[in-house]
Parts: sequence; structure tokens; C-alpha cells
Amino acid sequence: MNVRLEPRENASVGLRLCVSLAAGVAALLLVAIPVLLAGRSPLEAYALMIQGAFGSMFALSETLNRATPLILTGLAAAVAFRAKLWNIGAEGQLYIGALAAVCVGSGLLQLPPALMLPTVMIAGFLAGGLMMVIPAVIKQRFGADEVVITLLLNFVVILFIQMLVEGPLKDPLSMGWPQSVPLIAEAKLPKLLPRLRMHWGLIVGVVAALALWLMVRKTVLGFEIRAVGENKAAARFAGIPVDATMLKVALISGGLAGLAGVGEVAGVKGYLSADLSPGFGYSGIVVAMLAGLSPIGTVLAALFVAAVFVGADSMSRATGISSYIADLVVALSLLCVLVGSFFLRFRLRFGQQSVGA
Amino acid sequence: MTDTPVLLSLSNITKRFGALTANDSISLDLHRGEILALLGENGAGKTTLMNILFGHYVQDEGDVRVLGNGGLRALPPGSPGAALRAGIGMVHQHFTLAENLSGLANIRLGTEPLVSFGREGAARAKVQKIIAESGLDVDLERRVADLTVGEKQRIEILKALYRDAKVLILDEPTAVLTPQEAEGLFAVLRRLAANGLGVIFISHKLGEVLAVSHRILVLRGGKTAGELETAVADRRAIADLMVGKAVAAVVRTPANPGEVLFALEDVSLHGAGGGRALSGVHLTLRAGEVVGLAGVSGNGQSGIAALISGLAVPTSGTMRLYGDTVTRPDPRALVAKGVARMPEDRQHDGVVGTMSVADNIAIEEVRSGAFSRMGLLDRKAMRERAASAISAYDVRCQGPDAEARLLSGGNVQKLILARVLERGPRVILANQPTRGLDVGAQAEVHRRILAARDRGAAVLVISEDLDELFALADRFVVVHAGELQDAGPSDGLDRGTIGLMMAGQGPAAAELAS
Repeated sequence: MNVRLEPRENASVGLRLCVSLAAGVAALLLVAIPVLLAGRSPLEAYALMIQGAFGSMFALSETLNRATPLILTGLAAAVAFRAKLWNIGAEGQLYIGALAAVCVGSGLLQLPPALMLPTVMIAGFLAGGLMMVIPAVIKQRFGADEVVITLLLNFVVILFIQMLVEGPLKDPLSMGWPQSVPLIAEAKLPKLLPRLRMHWGLIVGVVAALALWLMVRKTVLGFEIRAVGENKAAARFAGIPVDATMLKVALISGGLAGLAGVGEVAGVKGYLSADLSPGFGYSGIVVAMLAGLSPIGTVLAALFVAAVFVGADSMSRATGISSYIADLVVALSLLCVLVGSFFLRFRLRFGQQSVGA
Repeated sequence: MTDTPVLLSLSNITKRFGALTANDSISLDLHRGEILALLGENGAGKTTLMNILFGHYVQDEGDVRVLGNGGLRALPPGSPGAALRAGIGMVHQHFTLAENLSGLANIRLGTEPLVSFGREGAARAKVQKIIAESGLDVDLERRVADLTVGEKQRIEILKALYRDAKVLILDEPTAVLTPQEAEGLFAVLRRLAANGLGVIFISHKLGEVLAVSHRILVLRGGKTAGELETAVADRRAIADLMVGKAVAAVVRTPANPGEVLFALEDVSLHGAGGGRALSGVHLTLRAGEVVGLAGVSGNGQSGIAALISGLAVPTSGTMRLYGDTVTRPDPRALVAKGVARMPEDRQHDGVVGTMSVADNIAIEEVRSGAFSRMGLLDRKAMRERAASAISAYDVRCQGPDAEARLLSGGNVQKLILARVLERGPRVILANQPTRGLDVGAQAEVHRRILAARDRGAAVLVISEDLDELFALADRFVVVHAGELQDAGPSDGLDRGTIGLMMAGQGPAAAELAS
């Protein structure tokens, strides 16, 4: 049997859906292997995961709470990757956004209560955005690779945050913990429901996804971003200002990651610390890839990843299987989606046995 | 020719891609010492057939047989290695040479084990012998990067012959050559054929096919449209075979040049790629006149195109549009002022493949009031404009929402024509306007360009196809090594003069020589 690959002209919507579903099923089947090796029934483990993620109001709230920053960092990656701007720095941008929120919202700045929260959010957006505009400018001016710059800036930012929360920004009432002064009440994002952790950041994330979706389809800016991302040479030839468009993308991308930081500080923790994010910035890349860089898909993919992590925690407590299984599920899902996208681009052809070979 | 043994035989080759049948039961025999021209429009199936022959694709039906020990033997499908071993050599349109190695090293590349001390002498002797027999004269010791395009092509041919090719396939070999260089190539091919090589010459240029081949196989829409002996072939009849219907020749009426609309005055351009440099260029484009720019590719055409497109700023000198100096050209401003630009590489620079036909028609003016308001796209206006363009310019596609990448080359060009000509532009840059287009689409593009000229537009046509320039241009300029020479009105010019100017000789010298 002779197997060959041939490029596909076009992939139908039905085929795309089938491939996505097949990728999900394949990932779950693959994860079943280590679960079996751990001596547990995969079906039981998956049932416990689903229950842990969606089984109660509390579980659902935890999942949505976890999904909130992932939606925003996922969108940050999606909008940048669409324009072929490789922003790997959402983690750092998230922290800078959180830092801006603390600087503006911890009582130093006196504002009417109605303006406080919008100001905090705008500050976080701009700070995060600036954090991405700088690498984009360096790339345009000097040709430096933005992957390297944004990736390394993550470490610079986190060390900077550590310095601040142990020094100038340290809360004198924190009993020695390295955390910043807290936000004042007016600067905090309200909870969605009493006694549950999920907060208005979720609404911000969903609105941002809708806004991006509309921007891509309905606005001149979205049109130009698509053109620049899909074919820079043709965009330049057609008179689209490629560099300026890239800077706008950088601002939006970094800004969304900055908003994720605002959400964590103003919606969950109330203060800044160097362990604010367990890698939301990096997970956002996975979320965006799972979503095929679609804004609406990013919301769904963020929910999926959040549910896997929250569900796996709960399953791990019940069965003794390590909660690292969550990383495995997410990683294998991504691999399966990537393999799936390969089959969207190529078709397999089974030829007859070669004559005379 | 048919009395010599058959070297290569394809029988009933069929290849389908989904619903499309790229090759429909095509058969051909190539004899020893024969030059067979494979003629057809883009999309006729020439490339698919050669890719099957060379093992890049596997045919659905039919087989390939090559003369081996004791007669024709079937070639295993899908194996380029087997094709090479069977003595099939291919010279691709885009060369596959390692630029930093010498010609000799390139010729030996892939034929010997990693460690091969002392074999260089034998290899050189073998190549020298081939050179002596074929007339493929080239300096083997120089780095390929320092060779001219014509010399690189010779290295490619030597590479195939060094591997004892019995069959040599050349894919559009003259696209990069001056007329004189092409003549040299033809002489070499005739000599090689006389020594017993079988040659398949792929082309869409009728003139050279008639000049060099013994036999012509015309493909159309994946099928054999006809097969004829060159000696008895008639140009008109072949053209009709290629397109399947009679094509009306485009008639150019005498020009009526008016005022100067666009001018380059002593313009130089440095940097940004060697092929773009210009020095002291003077060029004027007048209303109602087509200027043809001839030149071997890479001599500065792209620089002139970049200037008119608004993608480059003159290093020195003045660029004028309607008499006003353009200080900071940019594409958007030029488009707004009535400059129409057709890019050289229409797939790469002309369209965003994953965006729709409507998007690609609106892309140059997306910020203008025609297609957007306050930063919001007017999708309705874009789609309406696309629908009218599709019917007015006969763009074959599924509709305004079809992705541009699904369009054939000819239809992409029609899309670009619709985009730039619908605005009634006053200055038009047509850079390789019909490269890779079939005869029918070519005539359509030419008709549109001449119609724009008659409307009073100033047109610059840049082309590597002299036939095209003679069909369109009222006046010729020739570019060589970044310098532009005026060759005067096209009436009374002959190809030889243009060819010598393309090779760098002034008009005076060219006239003396001709």
C-alpha cells in the first residue's frame, strides 16, 4: 500500500467540525492510557472531571473564574497571531496590566467612584499594550525577532514585579507576605453572584471577544489587519500602512493581556503579587491555537481549558490521580488539533502498489 | 523522426484532482534525436504531465515507459529517483542550483558519495567532453552566484547531461533569456538532438516553438488537442488549437500622444535589492500613448515599477505626476490621484488569497468613502462593486465572496484589471500584464489596455515578451543595468535592435550591428 499526501483545495465547514470533534475524541482516548496505567477507569475519571467542572454552582463559578483571564490572554494571542505578530509575552503584559491597576486603583489617585473602575481598566489596557508596542517597534526598526523579545520580557517583568512587591509597593499590613497594597473598593470588579468568585471580568472578556469579532468583519481596521496578516506584500502594494497596522495590533494584543491582569487583581485577588498568574499568558497561546484563532472560538476554548484544570483538580482529590493530568489533556488536545489541521490542508490518497518497485 | 527508436512513451495518462481532470488520457512518444514541443495555455495540463513523468505525482491511469536494457520498461510511478536513473533530466523554470558553489560542484552534486577524493578530475573531464559535444560553453570554476541567468541555465542542462540523460525536459526555458540568448539555446538543443538526445520543450510562446521543435503536441484543458509536424504547421492553426476557438488579433490604431502625465527626471534609486537599482533614468509617459519597457529581467524593471507603484522613493532626481513633483510617494496617495498599478507578481503582490474577491477589489480604496464610513466597512457597496466587476470583466469565480486564491491566474489578472481600470485612471503601469495567461485572456488584457490608452491614459507596459510589447507599445524604452535608453517609436523597430539594446549596446551600436 502506498500512501501519499495531496493538498486540498478547500475544506468544508462540516469537515472542519468533524476534524475538531475527532481531535477531541482522540485526545480523550490518549489520556485514557495513563489513567488506565494509574489503575483507574477512564470513564469514571472523565465523569468526575465533568462533575468537578460543571457539577455545581460553585464548580461552574470556579470554572468561569478560571476561564476569565484565559479568554483575554487567548484573544491577545489570537489577534496578534492573525496578523502574524508572534506575541509570546502575554504573561508579562498581564503582570504589567495588573501593576497599572494597582498603581491607579490603590487610593493614590482620587476619582469619583463611577470613573475609578474604567480608569483602572484603561490604565491596565494601555500598560499591557505599551508592553507589546515596544517589541513591535524594535522589530520594525531593527528587525529584531519579537518572539525572543516578548518571551524574555516575561522574566524581566516578573522579576520587576517581585522587586516592587517586596519593596516600594509592599503592603505594610501584609504581615511580611510579598504582596502589594490592596485596591480600594471602588477599583474592584464586582462579583457576578454573591459568595461566588466569578466576577465582571468574565463579561469584559466575552464583550472583548464579540468586539474583536465585529472588528475583524465590519471595520476598516479589521480589514487591514486581515490583509496585513494574510499577505503583507499585497497589503503594502495596495497602500495599507503595514507598520502602523502592526502597531495597532500590538496595542490591542498587549492591551487584552493587560486587561487579564486587571481582572485578576481587581476581580479575584485584590492585590498584586508575583504569583498572580499560574501561566495564564502562556495558556492563552494554547487557547488561541485550540480556537483556530477565532475570537468566538477563543471563549469556548478558554472554557474548555479552564474546565479541564478545575475538573482535574477535583478528580485528583477523589481518585488520587495526579492533577497533572490536566496539563496532559490540554497538551494532547493541542497536538490533536494541530494534527487535525494537517488533515484539513491535505488529503490522504492510497495508491496501488508501485509497478516494478 | 519517427524512424528512430522511441525513448519515452506515455500512454493514456489520466490524473484527476477531485472533480478536475488535469490530464485526460494523454499519450505521447518521444523519439531519439527529436525535439518535441509541448504547447498549451496555463492550466492545459503541461506541468501536471511533466510532474507525473518525473515522479512528483502518481497518475490515476496509464503508464510511463522509458527505453532501458532491451526495450521500453515501465517506470515506477511516484519516484523521482527512478526517473533520474532511467535517464530523464529536467530543467525547471526556476533553477535548482546552490548559488555558493562552483558550476562544476553543482553539476556533481548528488551524484557522488560524501567523500570522493580524486574524482574531480574525472568529473571535469566528463563535463568538458559534454561541453565540447554540445556547445554549452560555460566557466565551470566560477561560483554560480556570479554567473548570468543564461549561464546558470547551461549549468542546469549540463547537470542533466552529466547524469547521462537520454531525455531532457525544459520548462519554459526562454522566459529569462534575451532573444539572442534564446537563439543560442536553440542551437545547443539542435546539436544535442542531433547527437541522439530526446528533448521535450515546454512553452506557451508560439514563435520559439516553431523555431526549434520537430513536432508539436498541443494540450488544451487536460486533453491532447492536436499533434503536428512543425515543418507543416501553421501559426494561426496552432493558436486556434491551443484555445479551441479562433482568437481575434488585437488591433492597435496609431497613437495620438498628448501632454506628459508622468515623468521621471534623472532619477536614481539605490539599495533594496540589486535588481532595483537605477541610475539617471529619464522616462516620460504621455496621455494616449503606450510605452513599452523591454529588458532582460533583473536589470531595473522592478525599480521603475516600484517608483510608479509608490513603493520606492527616488534616491535622487525628480518624479512628476501631472507636472507636480511627488516628494513622498505612497501607494494610497498615487491611487487616489488616478494611478493604476498592475503588479508583476499578481498572486504575491496583487491579491490576498484568503480574502474574498470583493475584498480584493476594494482593497486599494477601502478607506475611501466608496467602501467605508467612519471606519466601518460598507459591505453592501463592496459586494455590489464586485458583482458588477465580475460581470464587466468576466472574472470566472463563484461570486463576490469566493476566496481569491481559488481563481486561476487569468482571472486574478481580470480581477486586478477590474480593480484598477474601473476608476478611469490617467496613468497605468502594466507590469508583465499577461505573464502566464492563456491566449484568450491575453487578448482580453491587451484590448483593455489599448482601450484605456484610447481613452487618454498614459500607459507603461513592462514585459519580457517582445511579441507582447510589439503588439501594445507605441514607443520603446530599453533598460539595461539600471540605465534606460530610448529606442524610439515602435514602427520601424525590429527585434534585433531591441535585443542588442537589452544586452547593453547603445542604439547606435545596435543599428550598426543589425
